Amino acid sequence: MEPFVRHTGTALPLRRSNVDTDQIIPAEYLKRITRHGFEDGLFAAWRKDPNFVLNQPHHADVSILVAGPDFGTGSSREHAVWALQNYGFKVVLSSRFADIFRGNSGKGGLLTAHVDQSVIEELWTEIEANPDLEVTVDLEHREVRAGSIIASIEVDDYVRWRLMEGLDDIGITLAHVDAISAFESKRPEFMPTTA
Amino acid sequence: MGRTLAEKVWESHVVRRFEGEPDLLYIDLHLVHEVTSPQAFDGLRASGRVVRRTDLTLATEDHNIPTINIDQPIADPISRAQVQALRTNCAEFGVPLYSLGNVEQGIVHVVGPQLGLTQPGMTVVCGDSHTSTHGAFGALAFGIGTSEVEHVLATQTLPLKPFKTMAITVEGDLPPGVTAKDVILAVIAKIGTGGGQGYVLEYRGSAIEALSIEGRMTICNMSIEAGARAGMIAPDDTTFEYLKGRDHAPKGAEWEAAVDYWRTLRTDDDATFDAEVILDASALSPFVTWGTNPGQGLPLSGSVPSPDEAANEVERAAIAHALEYMGLTPGMPLREIEVDTVFVGSCTNGRIEDLRAVAEVLKGRTVAPSVRMLVVPGSVRVKHQAQEEGLDAVFIAAGAEWREAGCSMCLAMNPDKLAPGERSASTSNRNFEGRQGPGGRTHLVSPAVAAATAVTGHLCAPSDLATIA
Repeated sequence: MEPFVRHTGTALPLRRSNVDTDQIIPAEYLKRITRHGFEDGLFAAWRKDPNFVLNQPHHADVSILVAGPDFGTGSSREHAVWALQNYGFKVVLSSRFADIFRGNSGKGGLLTAHVDQSVIEELWTEIEANPDLEVTVDLEHREVRAGSIIASIEVDDYVRWRLMEGLDDIGITLAHVDAISAFESKRPEFMPTTA
Repeated sequence: MGRTLAEKVWESHVVRRFEGEPDLLYIDLHLVHEVTSPQAFDGLRASGRVVRRTDLTLATEDHNIPTINIDQPIADPISRAQVQALRTNCAEFGVPLYSLGNVEQGIVHVVGPQLGLTQPGMTVVCGDSHTSTHGAFGALAFGIGTSEVEHVLATQTLPLKPFKTMAITVEGDLPPGVTAKDVILAVIAKIGTGGGQGYVLEYRGSAIEALSIEGRMTICNMSIEAGARAGMIAPDDTTFEYLKGRDHAPKGAEWEAAVDYWRTLRTDDDATFDAEVILDASALSPFVTWGTNPGQGLPLSGSVPSPDEAANEVERAAIAHALEYMGLTPGMPLREIEVDTVFVGSCTNGRIEDLRAVAEVLKGRTVAPSVRMLVVPGSVRVKHQAQEEGLDAVFIAAGAEWREAGCSMCLAMNPDKLAPGERSASTSNRNFEGRQGPGGRTHLVSPAVAAATAVTGHLCAPSDLATIA
């Protein structure tokens, strides 16, 4: 995984709450067995509407998604993270994320940063007035900067460290394999096996 | 200080704890299906890793498979390739798999419990958000993403930050005709789709204790729709009776040891929850959704709400958008909403008790000519049980289609889907835009309401039928 320290780009104002993972990528796209190529499924139903914000030419090269509250609810599909990343998004900002989506994002290197809804509203207004506005999300200093807006972002300390170091979770855990074996030797006899 | 049920299960699974890091938690059971696993197995292959505990891992085919003509190759080549990938991966890595055609095949959250693999006090994960279902046994069970699937395959553990705990207390007796599904839809409407975010929910109180295991599974299943990764119910004699004698349940002296342990899995009297919600069971009634998330629900006796009722601008926009998508106008009585499809099934309501409830309503009645009704058992075992009880004959005589086991129209990955603009009453768990097919409109309901709705063609409860028949 590539380390993430800070990212600067243009942003997409998505004025929707409760964006569930079925909207981020519908189930019909989940039949693939690779980790790439999901960009065509991103917001597939909404993109059929020519007025949808992502279809606007002035938002062509966005890499930061500014979304309403309760982003990523519903299904655990990590394909939602891959679809956003495959499309080119590096960061999602929201005032509230669903737990599983947020966890999946951290594993895959997509930064989900919590900011207050008032900041989201300010960003929406500024970006709609100037779609070319440069937005910087600085993980090192835990802040988002855009024009006159400077606001703090909340990211879990451990996730932040992993993202900044670009570390692979499985490698970290396998360093503790002795502790896993020790735990296994003490599990009760009555626990079931699938064998 | 006392501990909650969730805290007890968590503490008994900590492999490693270190200041500033997540706890490393041991996973007792890892369920796998075809949709969220291929990239995880690929990751193992790429890094030369193996599955650490194939004997704590079980795979089944459910999300993507057809519910008719299962003796023939899967028609959709992409679906077929994904199912084939699961078979190849399970064979290569030594993971037990129940394939299409096997008597143990079915929806992953129906299969685990019916085999007796889901037991109190366990940690259970699966690459599916409805893994919360298994919490009905007093297990700590939650959905994970594909990276975490790979992590569990490789290490049988997960690094996790502790959840907060929320008590959902439902006291009193449920009125006749009010079911577990109505309880959970009412809970979600009360706390919202984000209300449980960061929490494990513990459902408790006399109304919960009175529920069967199937009803408890329906409740825990939809914890995720309130934003909670897991929901739990303390195990009791109802739990133990369900488990006793099942294939993977402890036997003999081990059974006694297990039950002794399971009886300790209760929230201590002096334990405190981080939050508590209280519902009066006697005030509940059949509940249906009108919008495009599971929190947008009301009693069946209600009317479609207006955006003007919203508390803030974000909610106002959400209601307006949902009404536009659903093709509904404010003030319309929910009972007047006409459907063209009724779906009975899913990990929420695809168990034998659910099918019995549907058959009880349909017996001697017929499905309205304007309605297509699908009844999809949650597993092959459920299908066989229903056939032994003659329920299939009731469904077929009424004019419903009786299908093979799978997830089916709950998420419409297989050919079972709504056409654009079609409207369903569905016993499943999500009414998101396009969930049951692009442009499809979903109203979430209980099995009893689904059956009554199939008869009249508009949303209604069995009690409405008595006056008609």
